Amino acid sequence: MIDAYLLIDFGSTYTKLTLVDVVNEAIIATAKAITTVETNIMDGFNKAYENLCAKFDTKEVRIIKKLACSSAAGGLKMITIGLVPELTVEASKRAALGAGARVLKTYSFELTNAEIQEILNAKVDIILLSGGTDGGNSKTILHNARKIAEHIKHIPIIVAGNKCCYDEIKEIFDEASVNYVFTENVMPRLNVLNVVPVREKIREIFMKNIIKSKGMDEANNYIDGILMPTPAALLKAGEILSQGTSKQNGIGDLIIVDIGGATTDVHSLADGHPTKAGINLKGLQEPFAKRTVEGDLGMRYSALALYEASGEKLIKEYIDVPDIETRCAYLHDHIDYVPQDDTDVAFDEALAKVATRLALNRHAGYLEIAYTPLGDIFNQYGKDLLETKYLIGTGGVIVHSKHPEAILKEGLYSPSEPTILKPKDPIIKIDYEYILSAMGLLAFDLPDCALNIMKRYIVEI
Amino acid sequence: MNSNGKTVVIGVIGADVHAVGNKIIEHVLTSEGFNVVNVGVMSRQEDFINAAIETNADAILVSSLYGHAELDCQGFREKCNEAGLTNILLYIGGNIVVGKQDFAEVEERFKKMGFNRVYAPGVRIEEGIKDLKKDLGLV
Ligand code: B12
Repeated sequence: MIDAYLLIDFGSTYTKLTLVDVVNEAIIATAKAITTVETNIMDGFNKAYENLCAKFDTKEVRIIKKLACSSAAGGLKMITIGLVPELTVEASKRAALGAGARVLKTYSFELTNAEIQEILNAKVDIILLSGGTDGGNSKTILHNARKIAEHIKHIPIIVAGNKCCYDEIKEIFDEASVNYVFTENVMPRLNVLNVVPVREKIREIFMKNIIKSKGMDEANNYIDGILMPTPAALLKAGEILSQGTSKQNGIGDLIIVDIGGATTDVHSLADGHPTKAGINLKGLQEPFAKRTVEGDLGMRYSALALYEASGEKLIKEYIDVPDIETRCAYLHDHIDYVPQDDTDVAFDEALAKVATRLALNRHAGYLEIAYTPLGDIFNQYGKDLLETKYLIGTGGVIVHSKHPEAILKEGLYSPSEPTILKPKDPIIKIDYEYILSAMGLLAFDLPDCALNIMKRYIVEI
Repeated sequence: MNSNGKTVVIGVIGADVHAVGNKIIEHVLTSEGFNVVNVGVMSRQEDFINAAIETNADAILVSSLYGHAELDCQGFREKCNEAGLTNILLYIGGNIVVGKQDFAEVEERFKKMGFNRVYAPGVRIEEGIKDLKKDLGLV
């Protein structure tokens, strides 16, 4: 009898299952089926489970635990509120993204009634309220707390701002019976980022409240826990793969590119400090585990947005067909389209290359130059990823491509854009078995097992 | 030294890389009990202003050593007003202009730009701190 973990990803399109032999640290089988949130989330699961059972000897395997992540039913939708756009607004956005949320919008300064209405209309799952360093500005966060207390009762609020306002915010919120929790300030001092406490609170609320509201109750009863949103599981996998566990080392700095139908996500696990001397770090501190989400770069739903973001000329660098815009529009309207011929395949790969290039341009840090008689002196904003060791590809288009390396290479440093600090010469690896998010889940219970499996299955081309 | 409860944003404006004075100023202000928020060298006006908003600062001390302060500081006060920092104290010092100019005129020009206090080359930060304490009602 083999002891196994069943890892489940209730994705926006597919419910993906990964069955892991936790003794021999091996993948037994994987399977998927279309996610069914409209009817019953378990329909899709059962279908996928049937597919899975066809692939192994069910008499030989005993499932000892079932863990899940989810991005079904629109994922975890959040908005974040801060004070200055480049500071607490950006800090709170980074914290929410790192927790696997979809950040629909961010708000700065004092909220207006129109903005409150917009937030109510957006039907978000969690609101993150920040603003002010500890001991810093209190006027804005107090104003925003009062506005929230007046209009928003039912949405969970996480408060992560100037701690000197917490007593007063408590009074305001208690009096209005607002559903809220406090955690540490997301930017306690200027440019100092503190994302982990916020991330933990988001995960707690996700597990407690969100599952119910997404009609996933039944799934939650059957499995041992829907632990986190899918992107958080992916980031967790990246963290373990990069940094290792208490028992063994990871592989070091890495970047994961995940190209989906609606978004392109980039995760970097790297501190991103300057790799050359004489560079002056500017701006808000970067989180070691950083996730950015490009809502205008995707293979299907966002194909048209990609066309607009990149321009026809850039796509033409990768494929020369006359009907680029028409194709993008078609893909936008047919989100389950599967390439039918060689041109379709080539077109998908061209879009994937553009998505990779632009997403990495936005994720990586950049340099600003000042000229002095002693030579150039640089300001660095964001992460220096020039020397990052690994670039890992995941997501349908990469996993199924015949040339995944060619797609990922578009994310490398380019002498034509020398101030953008993208990796110069990383080792490229592919998540062929599509197991990264499953390993993030497994890492919660069995980090060493997850690490060993990733080292074994996520391989160089 | 006990905190005096006042927050000061400091930094070197423009494409100016002179870092030594900035570190000294941070040290001296801290030991005088100020909560110092240092945006560092090569800072834009926005960097000073954003820092002042989030930290609810009482004053901004701008340093400029390389001689281009006049250009770098254009519109600084207006941007502060725009950002709601209407009563914030603005000081500037270092080597704020190039060459030998009549300092009274220089001071006049910077005051017109909205700086509350303007320091000639060679004026030490301790001088500035005396004025700062006076202007903030600490003495
Ligand atoms: C070291 C140095 C450099 C180094 C800087 C290294 C570094 N990263 O710090 C390098 C070689 C890079 C450099 C480059 C340049 N430098 Co240079 N540099 C100097 C030098 C020799 C010393 C500066 C220093 O560290 N002083 C020690 C510190 C403690 O003093 P401080 O910076 O003046 O700061 C104190 C006071 O000014 C005051 N203060 C400062 N700000 C404020 C604000 C307030 C409100 C108050 C009250 C007080 C105050 O308090 C500070 C602490 O005590 C000075 C000459 C000098 N002796 O000052 C020239 C000097 C500043 N540089 C000068 C120039 C012109 C340049 C260059 C443009 C080119 C060149 N010719 O060298 C480039 C500019 C580069 C750039 N983009 O910024 C000129 C500026 C002339 C002017 N403004 O009229 C100076 C004065 C030399 C000169 N006499 O020509 N430089």
